[in-house]
Amino acid sequence: MLSIRNLSGNRIGPIDLKLAGGDVAAISGPSGAGKSLFLRAIADLDPNDGNVLLDGDDRAGIPAPEWRRRVSYVAAETGWWAERVGDHFQDKRAAIQMLELIGLGESALDWSIPRLSTGEKQRLGLARSMIGKPRVLLLDEPTSALDTDNRNLIEHLLDECRSAGTSIIIVTHDVEQAERLKARTYRLEAGKLQAAP
Amino acid sequence: MTFIALGYADLVIASLLLLFSGALSIFLKLGLERQIGLAALRMVIQLMLIGMVLKFLFQMVSPLWTGVAAAIMIGLAGREIMARQKRKFTGWWTYGLGTSSLMIACTIVTVLALTTQIRPDPWFDPRFALPILGMILGNTMNGVSIGLERLLSSAVDGRTVIEARLALGHDRTQAMKPLIRDSIRAGLINIINAMSAAGVISLPGMMTGQILAGVDPTEAVKYQILILFLIAGSTALGTLSAVMFAARRLTDSRHRLRLDRLGPIRP
Repeated sequence: MLSIRNLSGNRIGPIDLKLAGGDVAAISGPSGAGKSLFLRAIADLDPNDGNVLLDGDDRAGIPAPEWRRRVSYVAAETGWWAERVGDHFQDKRAAIQMLELIGLGESALDWSIPRLSTGEKQRLGLARSMIGKPRVLLLDEPTSALDTDNRNLIEHLLDECRSAGTSIIIVTHDVEQAERLKARTYRLEAGKLQAAP
Repeated sequence: MTFIALGYADLVIASLLLLFSGALSIFLKLGLERQIGLAALRMVIQLMLIGMVLKFLFQMVSPLWTGVAAAIMIGLAGREIMARQKRKFTGWWTYGLGTSSLMIACTIVTVLALTTQIRPDPWFDPRFALPILGMILGNTMNGVSIGLERLLSSAVDGRTVIEARLALGHDRTQAMKPLIRDSIRAGLINIINAMSAAGVISLPGMMTGQILAGVDPTEAVKYQILILFLIAGSTALGTLSAVMFAARRLTDSRHRLRLDRLGPIRP
């Protein structure tokens, strides 16, 4: 259970939200409304106030790196610090399994980062976060650069995660995607979160 | 060999070269003549003044006056570090970081050299302490300045990468390590190059000065080697501490990248 109480920070809040294990919340809203800032605040990547608890454990009592392994944020455009894809994964065997799930083979481990397409980066960024089996996934438009086939593949993977008890908060402008992911829908405007009508 | 004293007429003759540069600038419409003239005037006034100040300090041989002069030199070097940064921390942090790193590194190295290697009597004799500090300070200032500049600009440019690592559960040391390493390397590259080129491509200034003053070249070389060791040690210590402190300030105890602690970019 992820419990967010009075979360506020730069241009957002106060926000309250509760998600049980396996719940999906889809958030939409105009550009600049604070959707990404909301996800970043939950992951504690920006200074913020309020209480965030996971399975009853207060975030404030958990070292930040440990918290982010449990509550994993995937940015719309994530960063890469090494030359090759494989250098970003510690457990190569787990990485190969994950690459298969996102429609890329083992050979992708040797791919050079600058030569990846935006869509490949998006899928690999998601795989890199999911490999640690976080309890909560915070996804910022994770399929915005994908074609229909790959989008379906990722949605299927997210659905499996959801069935396994992972809570997901996803920023998406695609109403049908929210329906496919069986998500509760919310709208974030001017930093305030409201259940979508 | 004896020391050849220069007369003011000698300086006037040398200044003709500068007049020639100015004339060239006017002829080629480079617009540099005013800058050249002002810089030369500033150099002459500053050096004449420092000559008088040093003469006073050398006569006093006072720990207080030597300390005051050293503190002013370090303070001005800290200000120069701040002035050279395109990106700065808000408030006094950049000045504080630069100046404290310089103070720690240069004081340790200068005192070490004065008390264990050069050993003048008294150890703080300004005739030795201030020139040694000056040489160490100038080079350490460059290292600290370059190191800080590299760290702050690459943290801004590499924000996505740093935050990707933090989001994956890396701690701030892991996330910042490549930047810290690159920044320290950038800060040290000048002194590494200076040591590699010394005696082959360039004859270092201090050694040349001593030789012109009549010192035996082998003795001058020993002094130069000592000075290069001191500069390298101080530059490494100063750059390392400045970059590490700055990396700490760029992040917080919750392992967040705090670019909000930087002011706007300077054009």
